[in-house]
Amino acid sequence: MTPLTHDEIARYSRHLILDEVGVEGQTRLKNSSVLCVGTGGLGSPLLLYLAAAGVGRIGIVDFDVVDASNLQRQVIHGTSTVGRRKVLSARDRIHDLNPHVRVDLYEEPFTADNAERIARPYDVVVDGTDNFPTRYLVNDVCVLLGKPNVYGSIFKFEGQASVFNHQGGPNYRDLYPEPPPPGLVPSCAEGGVLGVLPGIIGTIQATETLKVLLGVGTTLSGRLLLFDALQMSFRELKLRKDPTAPKIEKLIDYDQFCGVPKRTGSKEEHPGSVGSFARLSPSEVAARRAAGWHPYVLDVRGEAEAAIVRFDWADRLIPHTRVADHLAELPRDREILVHCKLGGRSAQACKVLADAGFTVTNLEGGIVGWAKDVDPSLPTY
Amino acid sequence: MNVSILVPSALRGFTAGAASVGVQAPTAGEALDALVAKHPGLAPHLRTPDGALRSFVNVYRNDLDLRGLDGLATRLADGDTLILVPAIAGGRA
Repeated sequence: MTPLTHDEIARYSRHLILDEVGVEGQTRLKNSSVLCVGTGGLGSPLLLYLAAAGVGRIGIVDFDVVDASNLQRQVIHGTSTVGRRKVLSARDRIHDLNPHVRVDLYEEPFTADNAERIARPYDVVVDGTDNFPTRYLVNDVCVLLGKPNVYGSIFKFEGQASVFNHQGGPNYRDLYPEPPPPGLVPSCAEGGVLGVLPGIIGTIQATETLKVLLGVGTTLSGRLLLFDALQMSFRELKLRKDPTAPKIEKLIDYDQFCGVPKRTGSKEEHPGSVGSFARLSPSEVAARRAAGWHPYVLDVRGEAEAAIVRFDWADRLIPHTRVADHLAELPRDREILVHCKLGGRSAQACKVLADAGFTVTNLEGGIVGWAKDVDPSLPTY
Repeated sequence: MNVSILVPSALRGFTAGAASVGVQAPTAGEALDALVAKHPGLAPHLRTPDGALRSFVNVYRNDLDLRGLDGLATRLADGDTLILVPAIAGGRA
């Protein structure tokens, strides 16, 4: 192992005087490597603390650019890096914090085709992704390559953390054998997230990563930690290997596994079948309205979102989870145009309404799509 | 048996915002039935059309997964807590 330089000894002195780390442990961190999939809410604190702690080699996977709406929680980026590629923004901040860290950049989506190549050189993989297909992929590649997977996930005010596939312990599929159907669980872009929440879960992931690398303490392997910021409560559940779980033998098509539809360009999912509904883009809706189309307009976002921006031609606001409770109040003799922020929750509401016999159209892309394509004077969020 | 069922944020849209719902039931399955009777919108999120537990919403009695106990037939004691733990995916965006 490469020993510590005098500069590094000065830098890491608070670690070196801990019996649990010491020169031996710090040297181990310097010679260890971690792959972080995602440089967003979870990846931001995680990368900062792993770099500060002196992990010698850090790989980061992301293909996004920094957006102003990221800065409420993605503290590795800054106002000066808005518009910049996230991997470059993150690398520069890491090098400013600790120039001794080698940073490898993977500016590509993490897929079944490249996952093994990307993950193979690293001792530990940390899951800071934001969707189910990538979470199952991270899990499976870690199982196939025999690497610990430090897990964290967040939604609104709640987070989960664990360490999977460590020393024979359970993995993500033992916790959740199958993903939810697409659209059932809103993303943070639609559901919202308290900005500090990924800070807490991401630093828990950083803590667990350092413990795994150092071989000290008791990790979250075999335990699922639940955090609720509103109640300020931590709860711990026991996780076991599922003896009935099928063996993971190769990587699969994760979009298909998670039911993510392939884009087809078709306007109607199942034309003519019960429960089908039309889908129109913002510019198509604008053209029809200009030609005299006057549907009943249902906004299925939350009240907090409607307070940010709303169509003054909307008729009613009902959150998508409550639409089924208000069917009697909606018109059966008019077409209903349903919208949300991005089009996901409104598609679920359209399904509910179409199943109940209403004539419905989904505004694809939601009010954000409208602001982009039709009326740039509206704020986006 | 008096038990409380903890509802996570992801499902609170279906319980009018309630984080905890008290029910009386002898088994976990009957406790979930009582919860769904109070909040019908939860039904498709907890059970499949043939009544089995959804594989992406885990239910724990205190700190143990029902799947490792007797499933929906798991007996409850007074003061037990049932915890709904759905799969969540946020983190990067």
